[in-house]
Amino acid sequence: MKRAMKKFLAGAGAASMVFAGSVAQAAQPQPWEMTFQPAATAIMSQITWFERYTLWFIVPITLFVLFLLAWCILKYRASVNPTPSKTSHNTLIEVAWTLGPVLILLAIAVPSFQLLTAQYSPPEEPKLTVKATGNQWNWDYEYQVEQPLSFNSAILADGDRAGLGKEDKAKYPRLLAVDNEMVVPVGVVVRVLVTGADVIHAYAVPAFGIKVDAVPGRINETWFKAEKEGLYYGQCSELCGKDHAFMPIAVRVVSEKQYETWLAAAKADLPGANKALMAEVDGTNKVASAGN
Amino acid sequence: MAHAAAHDDHDHKPRGWVRWVNSTNHKDIGTLYLIFAIMAGIIGGFLSIMMRWELAEPGIQIFPGLASMVYGVNGDAALDAGKSMFNAFTTAHALIMIFFMVMPALIGGFANWMVPIMIGAPDMAFPRMNNISFWLLPPAFILLLTSMFVPSAPGAYGVGGGWTIYPPMSTSGQPGPAMDLAILSIHIAGASSILGAINFITTIFNMRAPGMTLHKMPLFAWSVLVTAFLLLLSLPVLAGAITMLLTDRNFGTSFFVPENGGDPILFQHLFWFFGHPEVYILILPGFGIVSHIIATFSRKPVFGYLGMAYAMVAIGAVGFVVWAHHMYTTGISLNAQRYFVFATMVIAVPTGIKIFSWIATMWGGSISFRTPMLWAVGFIFLFTVGGVTGVQLANAGLDRSLQDTYYVVAHFHYVLSLGAVFAIFAGWYYWFPKMTGYMYSPFIARAHFWIMFIGVNLVFFPQHFLGLSGMPRRYIDYPDAFAGWNYVSSVGSYISGISVLIFLYGVFEAFRKKRVAGANPWGEGATTLEWQLPSPPPYHQWEQLPKVK
Repeated sequence: MKRAMKKFLAGAGAASMVFAGSVAQAAQPQPWEMTFQPAATAIMSQITWFERYTLWFIVPITLFVLFLLAWCILKYRASVNPTPSKTSHNTLIEVAWTLGPVLILLAIAVPSFQLLTAQYSPPEEPKLTVKATGNQWNWDYEYQVEQPLSFNSAILADGDRAGLGKEDKAKYPRLLAVDNEMVVPVGVVVRVLVTGADVIHAYAVPAFGIKVDAVPGRINETWFKAEKEGLYYGQCSELCGKDHAFMPIAVRVVSEKQYETWLAAAKADLPGANKALMAEVDGTNKVASAGN
Repeated sequence: MAHAAAHDDHDHKPRGWVRWVNSTNHKDIGTLYLIFAIMAGIIGGFLSIMMRWELAEPGIQIFPGLASMVYGVNGDAALDAGKSMFNAFTTAHALIMIFFMVMPALIGGFANWMVPIMIGAPDMAFPRMNNISFWLLPPAFILLLTSMFVPSAPGAYGVGGGWTIYPPMSTSGQPGPAMDLAILSIHIAGASSILGAINFITTIFNMRAPGMTLHKMPLFAWSVLVTAFLLLLSLPVLAGAITMLLTDRNFGTSFFVPENGGDPILFQHLFWFFGHPEVYILILPGFGIVSHIIATFSRKPVFGYLGMAYAMVAIGAVGFVVWAHHMYTTGISLNAQRYFVFATMVIAVPTGIKIFSWIATMWGGSISFRTPMLWAVGFIFLFTVGGVTGVQLANAGLDRSLQDTYYVVAHFHYVLSLGAVFAIFAGWYYWFPKMTGYMYSPFIARAHFWIMFIGVNLVFFPQHFLGLSGMPRRYIDYPDAFAGWNYVSSVGSYISGISVLIFLYGVFEAFRKKRVAGANPWGEGATTLEWQLPSPPPYHQWEQLPKVK
């Protein structure tokens, strides 16, 4: 049902998809979306699986309650059943509706604990560490590589769209696009160290299944291993003041080679490196999207 | 009141304002609480409709104009003040609905009115303390409302830190006096609730009629007893936390200041040690009310009475050890998360017992679907919806993706806005004839129910989709992709607003038409003691204590 709905919506949005080919692997929310954004990491796939798995319990439970209520409404209304029973105890059924939920909770708990453990068990040592610092109201990224690279990433102002080559609003949507994306290589474990400079913010990228608070005075850690190249968006997820809604997070996942080239160039000239990367990525993606 | 007692003339009420301001009568104080809750609810509801109006479409539409009207700023300053004003609205909406609407309605209003009557007591144990409990609330409310008009951060007015007031956002993030006023407001409202809790515990333990053992006590009294213990144990922790906030702000301490060795996360632990029991404080009295209504209109005793009572005790007890499930993304350790997942899931068991026992009470009954029953059945279903999404959110691994999104907003409004509020309206329509002596128009009451049922579901069901899709909460503006469901949600809030107007008209109409309700309009199913008294009950009841078999 939900899939059918998504198919329909995808069809309706096909026209816009033509020029949005490079984000066909949707890394941003879609209109009338009713589910998680498509996963870009194994962890997010597991979260998505687990969410659907829990639906197999909670939707039938809710429908079961609805059915029982409807049954009572139809069968035990005063006009149908004028004499009420006096039953007020039934030990067997009371034990049953105590143990039943316990079993259901166990069935939920086992994969839940597996998922939770997986989120704290990166498959290998991280190859890259980036520190993300939340400010009111933008992010600082610090690449902890031999010659550290750091830059600020703020919401994309409309006036800067042309200058940065980000006029395509489908690819660089309002309130999601930034001036300087965080760039990371595909297929490697990236460790993100998160902290806050002033108040608490939260670093979140839905397609990666990560969200961690940026708390002043402490460094929180998370990691992701992006499986597909693309541009992934997130938003600050802890109330941080007047521009809380205006400090997006954008992560550009590229091939390892493209990343190395970008990193080398970015130290001297970040805007130039970003533009060169965009030109290359858009070029390759046009080829790739033809095969989709 | 001394001179009233001296006259010893049971319907000799003090006249005029003295009767209300100096009141020590639990029914009069209950009435004051209910009127207060209705007024606060209208203000809190107004704030939410303004927010939904703003969120009806992408972009910032309403708040800059509102800010320039209220604060007299223009241009860019109005835009900035407007953005902050939105945050102040989310904060005030939550604080008002929790501390000044739901708690006064359920505990101060219905519990004050009905618990002494139900347990066969002439009044509360400490009538003068009951008076001060109520009269602390209006000043607290005025402080909170005042805070919306005084500076917080530069160029901003009103507390914009959310009801959770996490530091440093609530300390260095908002140095202005607004936060201090809000802290003082919460302090006073908390003191009011603690006094009320002491009063209920003492009353219920010591003033039950002969023969009414705890295991024969009506479930509403049980629910209020458990609630009172939760208040008594949790509110002092909140008071401590916000006092630390206050001294951090004004007297140079650094409990939550990392530069000086403090920890902002400590506040979150303290806050949620209060905050989680608080959500059960909001819903437990509703459980009690719904149990009575289901039994009354099914013409059956409550199914599994002892299970129902001890399920509430269990929910209250376990509610104290699950607080950090609000904090899965703060960086608490993996093992701590494992524990809080486990403990949180445990709560589903007693909650399930309650849902199934209500249905079992209806099973085999002879059910008449009068207005209170509609609200009660609506409550059971909507609370179930909110409950099962709570089971999802309990799982830290999944909550990682849903924390601070609209999924959480949908979840807690299903259990509170559609749960607690539906229970309040159920209680209102159940006890209105008892409290006033008048019967409302069933037609208006039913219209209120159906329009509100449709409205609130339209508001909150689409918010599940927004949350899954990734929309963070407390946003004044959102990416265009979220526009569709936000529009539906806003339309729902307008419909809910209309239903509240219908409710108010129904109250007005009932007082104007003065249809006499009689002592027991609900028939033989209504077995608790309040239905043995005339409607409205005499100024002092049970001068001869009822005997309970």
